[in-house]
Amino acid sequence: MSRDNSPGKPPKTRVPAVEGLHTMEGEPHLIGGKVPGREAYFFPKHLAGGDPAASGAVELEEVLLSRVGRVWSYTSSNYTPPPPFVAATDPYEPITIAAVELEKEKMVILGQCVAGVTPDDLSIGADVELVIDTLCEDDEHEYMVWKWKPLETAQS
Amino acid sequence: MEEIAILGVGMHPWGKWGRSFVDYGTAAANEALEDAGVDWNDIGFVSGAITVRCGYPGYVAGSTFARALGFNGAQVASSYAACASGATALSVARGQILSGATDVALVVGADTTPKGFLAPNEGDRPDDMDWLRFKLVGATNPVYFGLHARRRMDLYGATSEDFAQVKVKNSRHSVHNPRARFTKEYEISDVVNSPVVSDPLRLLDICATSDGGAAMVVSSMEYARAHGVPDPVRVAGISTVTPTFPDTVIDLPYIATDSAAGAAPASRGFKTSIGDRVYAEAGVGPEDVDVAEVYDLSSALELDWYEQLGFCAEGEAEKLLRDGVTAIGGRLPVNPSGGLGAFGEAVPAQAIAQVCELTWQLRGHAETRQVEGARIGITANQGLFGHGSSVLVRR
Repeated sequence: MSRDNSPGKPPKTRVPAVEGLHTMEGEPHLIGGKVPGREAYFFPKHLAGGDPAASGAVELEEVLLSRVGRVWSYTSSNYTPPPPFVAATDPYEPITIAAVELEKEKMVILGQCVAGVTPDDLSIGADVELVIDTLCEDDEHEYMVWKWKPLETAQS
Repeated sequence: MEEIAILGVGMHPWGKWGRSFVDYGTAAANEALEDAGVDWNDIGFVSGAITVRCGYPGYVAGSTFARALGFNGAQVASSYAACASGATALSVARGQILSGATDVALVVGADTTPKGFLAPNEGDRPDDMDWLRFKLVGATNPVYFGLHARRRMDLYGATSEDFAQVKVKNSRHSVHNPRARFTKEYEISDVVNSPVVSDPLRLLDICATSDGGAAMVVSSMEYARAHGVPDPVRVAGISTVTPTFPDTVIDLPYIATDSAAGAAPASRGFKTSIGDRVYAEAGVGPEDVDVAEVYDLSSALELDWYEQLGFCAEGEAEKLLRDGVTAIGGRLPVNPSGGLGAFGEAVPAQAIAQVCELTWQLRGHAETRQVEGARIGITANQGLFGHGSSVLVRR
């Protein structure tokens, strides 16, 4: 999780790195869109595609997506991604990225893995859960995002 | 599908030349016109592939190239479909020719590309999927390549040496290609000892970004005959398909797939459907193909294409590679030009360049990289945001 603030300084305010994509209080969930009356889910809701079987203009329902899934694939970014990415550490440390299939929604969602997880800790089909974690910080804020965390304690 | 003729092709060599994309496209266009023996003033339609990295002139590429060649009153269009832009520009030209609006058209694309990772547009852009993936996940293009490579390893037993072998094969093809940027011959050890970029892929598994330009002169079959070319290389099929819902394979630039909870995905996935369409238009199948140029953004993605184009069953691409089938001298050489590994990607030029190479191959003009007796060739690539691209040419 996020690093402690230095003693003597006021605590940083936690804000989402981008508004409206995940919960900030209570259980961690991604906020998705769903076609009313159909099992068609989208993430993020505001950039949803369409379900061609749903005719006419469709107002998507807001839904909390399930917060556990299985790894579809995984990789890393060993070099710093270009802006708008802001590295959490200086110097940059490679990040591990997983594509995770949510069992209920049957959709694959990309996300960083929590710090300390390397590709060697992952395998296709492994169970992971969603957490809300720090993407990066500035002097006043911790910018929060979703990350994947292995459910088994195999990682070092 | 009615065919059109490829009368001429041309390319500006790929590299980092420090000049305007207009120079590269104009050089390629002039070479294609000369190769075709067609006067620029006879061109009735200019189909430009757009570059988004060179400002306004790039957005109106068709007009920019037409002006650089000397405005001749031709009709123009400009197309953007990311890496698939060249195939889209060709399909627009084909439509003009087959509708009778013009007899002969110029298709041209060129780019000047910055070094390093391709990046999204600047600013605070939470409504842009291409921005979100960088901002929240750090998902560069090689991240997606790495996800797909990992699946080949875990599901089909591919090894880093297999991926390296794709690079080694293509580097051998490119050694004498005067238009390739990288003509060094690599060994397996060079690739597997290069630094990891996106696990399991290494620097030499991933294509660079380049400057380059490519062009074609295409016409109706009647025009070709009247022009004294009774047996030209022909475009027999073009595929610019999009996915079908639900598409459950994660790909650029998305951070989530569609949901298959309420509707089963099509039995043929998006990338397989790209080839399906072009084979159907041309009335041929994978077993008829003699040579292919496919989008090896990474070495592992070339292996995916073997399966998606039907050259072998799923999970058998490594065997095809190991058996030498896809090297020049094998039954079905893939990327005789050297592919993206030898060129680096010049986005709007790349799909056109693939067809240029196949045209030289089918004419028997590919010199030391010639695929003997090639009569049918296929290209494949894919532009982000769901753009399929494949062209089938034959003689």
